[in-house]
Amino acid sequence: MSLIEILIITLIKILIILTLTLLTVSYLVYFERKISAWAQNRLGPNRVGWEGILQPFADVFKLLLKEDIVPNKANKVIHSLAPMVALFVAFTTYAVIPIGPNVQIFGYDISLVVADINIGILYVLALTSLGVYAITFAGWSSGSKYSLLGGIRSSAQMISYEISMGFSIAGVLLLSESLRPIAIVESQAGWMWNAVVQPIGFITFFVSAFAETNRLPFDLPEAEPELVGGFHTEYSSMKFAGFFLAEYANMIIASALITTLYLGGWQIPYIEKLGLADWLVTVFQVGSFFIKVGMLLFFFIWIRWSIPRFRYDQLMNIGWKVMFPLSLINLVWVAVLIMIFN
Amino acid sequence: MSLEILLFIVFSLISVISAILMITRSNAVISALYLILNFAGLAGLYLLLNAQFIAVTQVIVYAGAIMVLFLFVIMLLKPEHEKKFLEAKPKLKIFAVAIAAIIFLQLIYLLFFSKPSESLSPEMTKSIDSGTIEAIGKQLYTNYLLPFEAAGFLLLAATVGALILAKKKIE
Amino acid sequence: MTIPIEYYLALSAFMFLVGVTGVLIRRNAIVVFMSIELMLNSANLTLVAFSSYLGNSVGQIFVFFVMTVAAAEAAVGLAIIIALFRNKLTLNIDEINILKW
Repeated sequence: MSLIEILIITLIKILIILTLTLLTVSYLVYFERKISAWAQNRLGPNRVGWEGILQPFADVFKLLLKEDIVPNKANKVIHSLAPMVALFVAFTTYAVIPIGPNVQIFGYDISLVVADINIGILYVLALTSLGVYAITFAGWSSGSKYSLLGGIRSSAQMISYEISMGFSIAGVLLLSESLRPIAIVESQAGWMWNAVVQPIGFITFFVSAFAETNRLPFDLPEAEPELVGGFHTEYSSMKFAGFFLAEYANMIIASALITTLYLGGWQIPYIEKLGLADWLVTVFQVGSFFIKVGMLLFFFIWIRWSIPRFRYDQLMNIGWKVMFPLSLINLVWVAVLIMIFN
Repeated sequence: MSLEILLFIVFSLISVISAILMITRSNAVISALYLILNFAGLAGLYLLLNAQFIAVTQVIVYAGAIMVLFLFVIMLLKPEHEKKFLEAKPKLKIFAVAIAAIIFLQLIYLLFFSKPSESLSPEMTKSIDSGTIEAIGKQLYTNYLLPFEAAGFLLLAATVGALILAKKKIE
Repeated sequence: MTIPIEYYLALSAFMFLVGVTGVLIRRNAIVVFMSIELMLNSANLTLVAFSSYLGNSVGQIFVFFVMTVAAAEAAVGLAIIIALFRNKLTLNIDEINILKW
């Protein structure tokens, strides 16, 4: 393939992933509202379009038409920079997540991932560690006590849970012997899903993913009753929408990562024994990836409307005294497994 | 002009400008921000030098951990504005810049007018493999195992030390 | 056409001296500390440049260790700064001029 062809194919992939993400994000908001209504025995949005199906677009128009208020005490540049950082971090992570096996289209051998780099997992870790800045900047630049408290809380929370996240990933890497996401998916062939092989690591990663995305029960950076709105108290209009979008985009990334690392990515166990046509197998596999991600997203929303928020000291205790030792135990467990079966 | 040279110019400009801005801002948080930008530029330069593992570690360790710690401390301590100190001693400033300029010129003279070593290769074909995570991991866990363990011990000592230093004394 | 190694070294020298200037002209202990980090980083750039022009990964391993030391140093150094601030209520290094309190 020439350079031009590679560029065009990559651009097409980026375009597809981006539209897919934006659409999913907007409908995720809709489903969040619907599911919360269902959990609380109400109706939820049902006025715009059939059963409120056009609600996301109405929301976006409302936010676009609102006045953009910047507080007098705020540092203007950093105040606008913060939501951009949040969105940048959220969307660039998709580049390394594979959604299916290699496919043949028009004679080209195309891998269904934007960038197949051999340090993919480290790239994800690097970007998630940059995600702290969005919230810290937002908190500091607003010039408000609530924002600052929310920003500081969130940076402490995200750094603490990054550690157990990293150690859970180390268990996966021990088994896959590679940092390439595609190789990690391929190492979970059949029923050797990492969620089955190392359930403790799966749980620690799952909990850390909740903490990293600032979702309930770990949404202390926002914590409406105590901090008014946390780091985005002073945000309005499209800048607020930026944080909002980033939160949901992060949820999708977390689900996609969990699927890639622990639930076998696009793989369906023993599908090749059914004797289906190649293209049908690929379609099913890509479909299974999206179904897995969708189920995890539902789980994220379900948890939010079922479990109350942690207190701050409880959160830190769980992070350092429960999740961190558990992820270490998981690492030892995987090492023992490798010693026995190799 | 090839892509490599273009990228080199972009990343080095980012690093140089952000470094200068970092030491001249009177607000410590803005300084920290420019330092983060500088680290990002450096990570790009490392990628140009085929050191992918170091580039990612640069982002994870420096930008993701060390600078967050700095920002944290600056935000919690709220240091006084430094403008009056910056303007207080103009002689010292001129002296410092002069010393730095002289040393820089010396270094430039050394770099460009000395005879380069023969073992340096201008084509970087060999180095593509030496920066991968496999190569560095192999070296770390074989030839450099003892320094690696020592580094781990150093980190443990630093954690304990930092905790004891920063903890409030209970009276 | 590739970039001669001198360019990387000159860039690194420039950044190092910006760091030196920062240490000399700034009075805020945290900014002085950040300038030191800048100097460490410029040294790292030299090491990585030599490592890839020689085709040898030892330089990059050294950079890895430098990063470890920088992380340890940042943790302890910031703890010291916090302890100082608690006692003297200032971060100006001109006012922190006695060895005990």
